[in-house]
Amino acid sequence: MKAHRVAAVVLRQVYLFRGSLTRLAPLVMWVTIDIVLWGFITMYFSSISDTSFDLGTVLLGAVLLWSFFGRIMYGISTAFFEDVWSRNFLNFFATPLSTAEYITGLIVTSMATGALALGIMFPLAMGIFGLSYAVYGIMLAPFLLVLLLFGVALGIFAISVVLRLGPAAEWFIWPVPGMLSPFVGVFYPLAVLPAPMQWIGYALPPSYVFEAMRGIVIEGSFPVEALVWSVTLACGYLLAAVAVFGATFRYAVRTGLLARYSAESAA
Amino acid sequence: MNVTTSRRPSPLVLEVQSLSKHYQGLRAVDELTFGVRQNELVGLLGPNGAGKTTTINMLLGVLAPSSGSIRIQGVDLAADRSRALERTNFAAVYAPLPGNLTVYENLRVFSLVYGVERAARRIGEVMEELDLEPFRNTRCGVLSSGEQTRVALAKALLNRPRLLLLDEPTASLDPATARDIRAEIRRYATESGVGVLWTSHNMYEVEAVCDRVLFLSRGKILLEGDPKTLPARHGKSTLEELFITVAREPLTLGQGVEA
Repeated sequence: MKAHRVAAVVLRQVYLFRGSLTRLAPLVMWVTIDIVLWGFITMYFSSISDTSFDLGTVLLGAVLLWSFFGRIMYGISTAFFEDVWSRNFLNFFATPLSTAEYITGLIVTSMATGALALGIMFPLAMGIFGLSYAVYGIMLAPFLLVLLLFGVALGIFAISVVLRLGPAAEWFIWPVPGMLSPFVGVFYPLAVLPAPMQWIGYALPPSYVFEAMRGIVIEGSFPVEALVWSVTLACGYLLAAVAVFGATFRYAVRTGLLARYSAESAA
Repeated sequence: MNVTTSRRPSPLVLEVQSLSKHYQGLRAVDELTFGVRQNELVGLLGPNGAGKTTTINMLLGVLAPSSGSIRIQGVDLAADRSRALERTNFAAVYAPLPGNLTVYENLRVFSLVYGVERAARRIGEVMEELDLEPFRNTRCGVLSSGEQTRVALAKALLNRPRLLLLDEPTASLDPATARDIRAEIRRYATESGVGVLWTSHNMYEVEAVCDRVLFLSRGKILLEGDPKTLPARHGKSTLEELFITVAREPLTLGQGVEA
């Protein structure tokens, strides 16, 4: 893997962001809306409830982490869509650029946009709504790691779907975080879900993060083994996603899908 | 493959052996064997659907052959794709550079992809060679067809390729611009020693530019030779007449390669 080729993929995205406020605005806007909206909702709930724990830390903390996960996943898929929209596949893949270098470039891009999102959300949540993340302490690092790994995995799986089914399949990708949120218990314990939904929830790494968050705030503890398991699970998803993308790319090269990808329906 | 020359032939930059591509029983490319030497411009001709773009796509590594091998400067494309493609570049009418980046930004990105040393200087050189300096900070999407073709050619020359693949590089250009582009490529090929594989439907262009042509029909090489002498050898007065015969009545020309 050559760093300069990874840098090429990242630089292209930097130029796109630099050259167009319409790309930067949604990133800033959505995370700001999430924090402001949920900030006021939690302020209201806190004023009418008499819970023994800090409701704001649970709800707003969950919103912040879930938004971070969404930014990571969209960071991968949107960077890929830029090449779909500008019909850049032939230019990129008829070069020494390998799929590993391309994917690494997308991951670096999504980490940068995810970091930018955190950079907006943390000061907002703490400055406006007086939220303190000190209660999570060092545990924020594994929380973010799990969400980063799973967001990257889901992003890579999403672009595999679009590569295989054609540009129109991008509309399958946008609702994915919303579809997952009921199963991973962003705002409630998995125990409230019906058993089949719980099984799905336990197969998804973010569930353990949100369970651990609530455990820390409400009970003052959480099962560390579960969090270790979620890191392992997220790594497994990432490896599986990379394997799926590799297989999809090889299929696209074998069948001519990649060469004629600009067609509306590539399937 | 025979390249008629009185001197010792230049080294091959492209060696294609028994290259085939089948799609569910359809033989898009059928056992192609040919080469391109340093300093040589080879025209790859044939009617629509003859297999030209399929062949180019396989040479670019974006389409896997069903069988056969491709070596670029001795490097097997299937075994070491990145190293083989470091020595290659291409421009195609159907692959303009992203319209949402400026000329400079696109060239900067691709200079990193190809690992071009002293990139800023090299970008300046290709922009000057192709008269692109006035468009340095212009988004490619708002350039005219001719200007976009020049940008694609600038990208294609960035890494000083040893093999240059040009798929209808002058399609959609006006005659004056097309002539300038042809002259630029010819000049570059002479000065740099690059081997060029060029597809075109403009027989005047092919005759003016190419040292040798390969006529493809139904995925096979039907004829091969000097574009200036090949028509007469087959009882035709022009290359265009020969092209039409290849397209409509390939069997009247017989099978096999003629040097």
